[in-house]
Amino acid sequence: MTLAVDPSNTGEYALTPTELARLRDKAQFIRLETIRLIEIAKVGHYTSVFSAAELFAALYYDVMSLRHGEPKWPLRDRFMMGKGHAAVGLFPVLVEWGFFEKEILDGYTRLGNPLGDHPDMRKVPGVDFSSGSIGHALSGGLGMAMAGRMLGQDFTTFVMLGDGEMQEGQVWEAAMAASHHKVGSLVAIVDRNGFQLDGSVDDVIGVEPLADKWRAFGWEVYDVDGHDLAALTPLLRRIKAEKGREKPVCIIAQTLKGKGVSYMETEPGWHLGYLDPEDAQRAIDEIKSKVI
Amino acid sequence: MTMNTAPLSANSWQYRALNTQTPGLDALSDALLALVEQGEPVVAGTADLQYSNGLAKFAQHHPDRFVQFGISEQNMVSCAAGMAAVGMKPFVATFASFLPLLCCEQIRMDVAYSALPVRLIGHHAGISLGFYGTSHHATEDLAIMRAIADITIVAPADANQLKAAIKASANHPQPIYFRIQRGRDPVVYEEEPMFEFGKATTLLTGDELTIIATGSTVHPALQAAKALNAQGRSVGVLDMTTVKPLDVAAVLRVARESRAILTVEEHNIIGGLGGAVCEVIAEAGIGTRIRRHGIYDEYSLIAPPTHLYRHYKLDAEGIESVARELID
Repeated sequence: MTLAVDPSNTGEYALTPTELARLRDKAQFIRLETIRLIEIAKVGHYTSVFSAAELFAALYYDVMSLRHGEPKWPLRDRFMMGKGHAAVGLFPVLVEWGFFEKEILDGYTRLGNPLGDHPDMRKVPGVDFSSGSIGHALSGGLGMAMAGRMLGQDFTTFVMLGDGEMQEGQVWEAAMAASHHKVGSLVAIVDRNGFQLDGSVDDVIGVEPLADKWRAFGWEVYDVDGHDLAALTPLLRRIKAEKGREKPVCIIAQTLKGKGVSYMETEPGWHLGYLDPEDAQRAIDEIKSKVI
Repeated sequence: MTMNTAPLSANSWQYRALNTQTPGLDALSDALLALVEQGEPVVAGTADLQYSNGLAKFAQHHPDRFVQFGISEQNMVSCAAGMAAVGMKPFVATFASFLPLLCCEQIRMDVAYSALPVRLIGHHAGISLGFYGTSHHATEDLAIMRAIADITIVAPADANQLKAAIKASANHPQPIYFRIQRGRDPVVYEEEPMFEFGKATTLLTGDELTIIATGSTVHPALQAAKALNAQGRSVGVLDMTTVKPLDVAAVLRVARESRAILTVEEHNIIGGLGGAVCEVIAEAGIGTRIRRHGIYDEYSLIAPPTHLYRHYKLDAEGIESVARELID
C-alpha cells in the first residue's frame, strides 16, 4: 500500500512554526521570482514552477546538505530535475546559495547568459545535472547515487520528475535498475500536477495507478500533498535521516499546476505562456496576499 | 521417458563458455584492470553482454566496480554520465548498434554536451555480427558520432592497440567512443604500440597510393598493400585510429606523398572515415585522386562475417582489387 503522509503525525521531524513560516516565504519568493524572470524572457513555464515551489523550498531551504558559495562541495546532496523546464524557479534559489551572482540571474535568457529555459550543468554553478530532454534524469541520479556508494560518500540524490515524464520508457529502466541494485539513497519526487503541454496527463497517456507502478518496481512509495510544507518537509527530513535503507524512495507529490494564482489553477493551458505586466501584477498580488 | 544423461559431444558449445576462453576478448578487461591498478576510479558496465565484450573477467576481479544494467542501454548511458559527474570514470559497453544509434540523444546531452569523462565501448561494430542482421549492424555509428561535438572517436585495429588506447584514456579529458570489434581481430601490432589520441600511425609509405584505414580494416588493408608492393607497386597504409579529431596533418602529408588515396572502413562511405578525409582534401584544394571504400549506402546482406567481407570487398583480396581499380 501507499504510505499516505499524515501531517499531524510527523514526530521528531516536525517543523516549528518559525521554520514553517520561513519555508512558506521561500516558496512565495520562488513564485515571485519566476514571474519576474519570465518577464525578461517574455515566455516561460509559470505553472510548472508553481506546482513545485514548495518542493524546491523544502529541499533547498531545509532538507538538502549544501554549503553556501561551494557549488562543487563533493559531499553535497544532489538535485536534478527531469522536468527541466521548471529551472526558472531553481535559479533564484541557487543565487541565494551564493553559487552565482544576481546580475547573471537578471540577464536570464539574454544572449550569452548561462541561464536558459533548462538547467545546464556546464554553464550554471549549482546545477548538478543538465536536463531538457525528458526521461534522462532518474538514470543520471541513479548513476550519482551508485557512484556515491562506490566512493563512500554519504549524500542523498533527489530527482524531481514530471508526471508526464512517467510516459518515458527510460524512467522505468532506471526504476528497475535502482531497486535491483538496492540504491536506497535515491529519492524520486513526482510532481503530480496532472498536466502536460498537450493537456491532462490522464488524457494524453494515462500514468495511473502510479503508486502501484513504483511499488511494483520495488520502490518505497509515499503519497503526500506537495504544497503542504508541514507534511512534505518532515517526510523528506526523515527519508534523508534514515540510513541503511535498501529500497529507493518515490514520493508522489500531489500538486496543482499553477498553484497560487487562481486564474492559472483553473486553466491548464498555462503550461507555457507569457503574462502581460498587468496580468502579472494580478498574479503577484494574489501570491503575496495568501498563505499556501 | 527417462532422461538421457550421456555427456554432450565435445563439438557442442555454449556461447558464454566459449567466450570466456577467447584470449582477444580479455583485452578490454585487462586494460581496465591495469587502470584500476593505477588508482583510476574505473567503473565498468554493460547491458547484458558481459560475455560478448569480455567484461565478465573485469566483473570477477572487481564485482564492486562492475554494474550490470540489463537490457537498458539508454539508462546505462545516462547513468554513466551521473557516475562521471560524481568523479568516476565509467566504461560502458554494448553492441555498437545499440550505442550511437539507440542512445544518440543520451550521448549528446548527458555525455558529450555535459563534458563528462564517460567511455562508451561500441563492440561488434560494422557488419561483424554477420547474419544477426541489420538490427545488429552498425554502419552509421561513425557518422552519428562525428556530428556530435566534444567527443573523441577511436577505432583500434587490434587487441594491443585497444589496450594501449584504453590505458591512454586515463589522461584524456573528453568523453570517448571506442569503436571495437569482436575480440577475434588478427594482429596488427605485435605488442602494445605507443598511443596518442588524434595521431595516425604510418604502417607503410607508398608514392602510388596510400590506403587510409581504421579499426577492422587496418589488417586487411595492410595485407592488400603488402601484396601489391610484392608485385612492384608502391602502396602505403595509414592507420587512422582516431577518427575524430582527425589527424589532418597526416592526411595532408599522404596526399602530397601519394598520387591517390583510398579510404577503407567497415561503415557507410557517407559520414565516416572516407567523408572526413574527403573534407580535408577538398578544403585544402589538393587534387589527389581519392576513393571511399566501405559499405555503399546500403544495408548489408545476411551471411557469416567472413563471407560478408569477401562480398563487400573488405577483406585483403577485395581491398587489393579496389586499389587496383584506382591505380591501374
